Amino acid sequence: MMAFSSLRSVSVDLNHDASLLIDIPDALCERDKVKFTVHTKTTLSSFQKPDFSVPRQHEDFIWLHDTLVETEDYAGLIIPPAPPKPDFDSPREKMHKLGEGEATMTKEEYTKMKQELEAEYLAVFKKTVQVHEIFLQRLSSHPVLSKDRNFQIFLEYDQDLSVRRKNAKEMFGGFFKNMVKSADEVLISGVKEVDDFFEQEKTFLLDYYSKIKDSTAKAEKMTRAHKNIADDYIHISATLNSLAADDMTANKNLNIILSLQKVEGRVASDQDLKLTELLRYYMRDIQAAKDLLYRRARALADYENSNKALDKARLKSKDIPQAEEHQRQCLQKFDKLSESGKKELTSFKGRRVVAFRKNFIEMAELEIKHAKNSVTLLQGCIELLKSN
Amino acid sequence: MLLVTKKFHNKSEFEFMKLFAARNDSFLSADANVELSTDKSGSSARKEPSGPRHASSFTPSPAAMQPTSLEQVQATAEPNPLKTCENLSTNCVMFLSSLGDGMNAYVAYKVSTRTSLPMFRSKVFSVRRRFSDFLGLYEKLSVKQSLHGCIIPPPPEKSVVGMTKVKVGMDDPSSVEFVERRRAALERYLQRVVSHPSLLQDPDVREFLEREDLPRAVNTQALSGAGFLKMINKASDAVNKMTIKMNESDTWFEDKFQEVENEEQQLRKLHVVVDSLVNHRKELCGNTAVFAKSLAMLGNSEDNTALSRALSQLAEVEDKMEQLHQEQAASDFFIFAELLGDYIRLLGAVRGCFDQRMRAWQRWQEAQSTLQKKREAEAKLLWANKPDKLQQAKEEITEWEARVTQYERDFDRIGMTVRKEVLRFEKEKAKDFKSQIIKYLEAMLQSQQRLIKFWEAFLPEAKAIA
Repeated sequence: MMAFSSLRSVSVDLNHDASLLIDIPDALCERDKVKFTVHTKTTLSSFQKPDFSVPRQHEDFIWLHDTLVETEDYAGLIIPPAPPKPDFDSPREKMHKLGEGEATMTKEEYTKMKQELEAEYLAVFKKTVQVHEIFLQRLSSHPVLSKDRNFQIFLEYDQDLSVRRKNAKEMFGGFFKNMVKSADEVLISGVKEVDDFFEQEKTFLLDYYSKIKDSTAKAEKMTRAHKNIADDYIHISATLNSLAADDMTANKNLNIILSLQKVEGRVASDQDLKLTELLRYYMRDIQAAKDLLYRRARALADYENSNKALDKARLKSKDIPQAEEHQRQCLQKFDKLSESGKKELTSFKGRRVVAFRKNFIEMAELEIKHAKNSVTLLQGCIELLKSN
Repeated sequence: MLLVTKKFHNKSEFEFMKLFAARNDSFLSADANVELSTDKSGSSARKEPSGPRHASSFTPSPAAMQPTSLEQVQATAEPNPLKTCENLSTNCVMFLSSLGDGMNAYVAYKVSTRTSLPMFRSKVFSVRRRFSDFLGLYEKLSVKQSLHGCIIPPPPEKSVVGMTKVKVGMDDPSSVEFVERRRAALERYLQRVVSHPSLLQDPDVREFLEREDLPRAVNTQALSGAGFLKMINKASDAVNKMTIKMNESDTWFEDKFQEVENEEQQLRKLHVVVDSLVNHRKELCGNTAVFAKSLAMLGNSEDNTALSRALSQLAEVEDKMEQLHQEQAASDFFIFAELLGDYIRLLGAVRGCFDQRMRAWQRWQEAQSTLQKKREAEAKLLWANKPDKLQQAKEEITEWEARVTQYERDFDRIGMTVRKEVLRFEKEKAKDFKSQIIKYLEAMLQSQQRLIKFWEAFLPEAKAIA
């Protein structure tokens, strides 16, 4: 069991409303599965208890997300992006390689590498807890989504959710998912846009999405290179250790290299959290915003079709009332989507700007802090070496 | 203190070189020549007087330098902290030659020397040398000096691939780096040679530094990097195959040899890891540059003005970071990796001089056994009563008695020299490592300080997002 302080790195203004407070205070890693403890504190009467916890798996979160996406009533909302599957592949692979290479390194080197790997495991773990927590907190702070029945079940139901999950899958069969697959075509294919706001949003989001996706990938590569350098410092310090037997200077060098390595490692993981994770999260969030646009475009297409159907009915003088009713419904749905969509997209903008600001400031401050640390270390070491 | 002067190809290289120049406490003239203080070649450890030295205080030949007792060896090996005497400095400047073309083109290096030593014709002079000339110098020195048990500094490695690229005239960064790497290595090689008191006296060294037209060196194929180490290893194998094992009265030699071998192993390991560090840092450079561009594109896409500007600023910071990473990679390489490479080769040379001592012992032993055989032959002749052959036998015995005495003396002398050389080498190595590590850390320090400035400049931009 591990306890975490909630470090919300990528989102802001969540979990402030005391009527419904959610957090993930700890999680357990069992082989491949991660079990999250979802803790709820509420003053709302719709819940049975004011304070309770349930264990949940990653698949439960996905189920919740999917049911929200499939709910017609929420078509005009940005559904918070589903948290990605916990990915321990990278540290696991490294641990495997380390085990294989154990014979070729000194005991100290092996221990240090193992420690680094354990830190990496922990970092991945923290990240996945964080991203699952944010998902729930986005829901709880949304005026409409927080009232969702399935959300309540997710938070409260003290039995295993997997039975419910199976039923849901059979019902929906990924209907909406298939639609979304060709969504870009729907958007771009030129259902004539009547509203300037949405026209602009469409252009902006399509462009921004591809750019942020690119930046995310490149940031990931950069972070990985930093980590490699930190690992190299471990090997260097291990070898210097073997050389250090008689040489006093080497001993001092050893210490400086070890400290530099720690700093390099910290820089890498902070950069990962503040920059890469930020970009990654908003890439997914923008996808969710795009999904909203797709649904609206679909509703517009339906409305256009219903108009055509009405014209045809009028021509044939057959089934006119049904066609009129159908057209009225389509229009209503479309208008509702447009209205709520506009609100959602505007608040999304604000949220994005605030989150970027917070993370950029924190990242700059951390870089400065680490560099100042390095400077002190280096100055001390140089002094020491020169004075001898 | 090492310094380089060269034709600068671009501003960032110039900045990089200035970084090195700033480290030196010695004189910095307009074209950045630096005095290198040489090792004291006097035979006693006394504080150096500052100012130019006179010819009379120079010991004229290696033979006169041989100490006659162990205590003297220790005394001369004492470190001399006040190296304020600068009597010779030499440095190596790159100078691209226009002679020859295509595959016959070669890089000529300008070797400049500044000295107050009277054995040279002038005080300041320079000559043009090509790479094979450096190898030729090494060959001459190793043939002569190694017989005395000196540690001859080995020259840098030959590289067919690297040189071919340069010859074909490619002006890409890797060719530039290659030539710079070689020039710096040649400079270090020369400085090690001239800072060795016996080698400085060698006429071949003087000729190398002074003579306008040096005859082309032949047989340099075997003497580059890999060839050099192969030679050393072959010699070691020959020694190991010796049937008569040496009975060391003094374990110093055995212990020291083991130490040297171990250290060489560790340095090789370290070199591999440092190479990996250099490559990863270069990778980081590339990744950062690519990321900066991507971030700039994102900034252009962003519709919030303040955030858009912040993204562009962040892209610029990342660009600057890439610059820093590049400089750090150069530092990793030129200071750290090359230092290790040099010492791996030097330790090979140290092993070489141990082998020389073994060979001297072997020679002595063989002479003794030959003498023994001659004596036995003489005894046989006495018994067989052949007076004329007996005379010859007696002459041969006298000759071989002299040889045995000579070889024994040689062996003792080499032993002394090897001890002295090793102690000197260790002092030099400690000094070298220390100064290089300081340089490395100072470069890193500068880099971190600039990093702080970049991020501190960015912070208000981030805060201005609204």
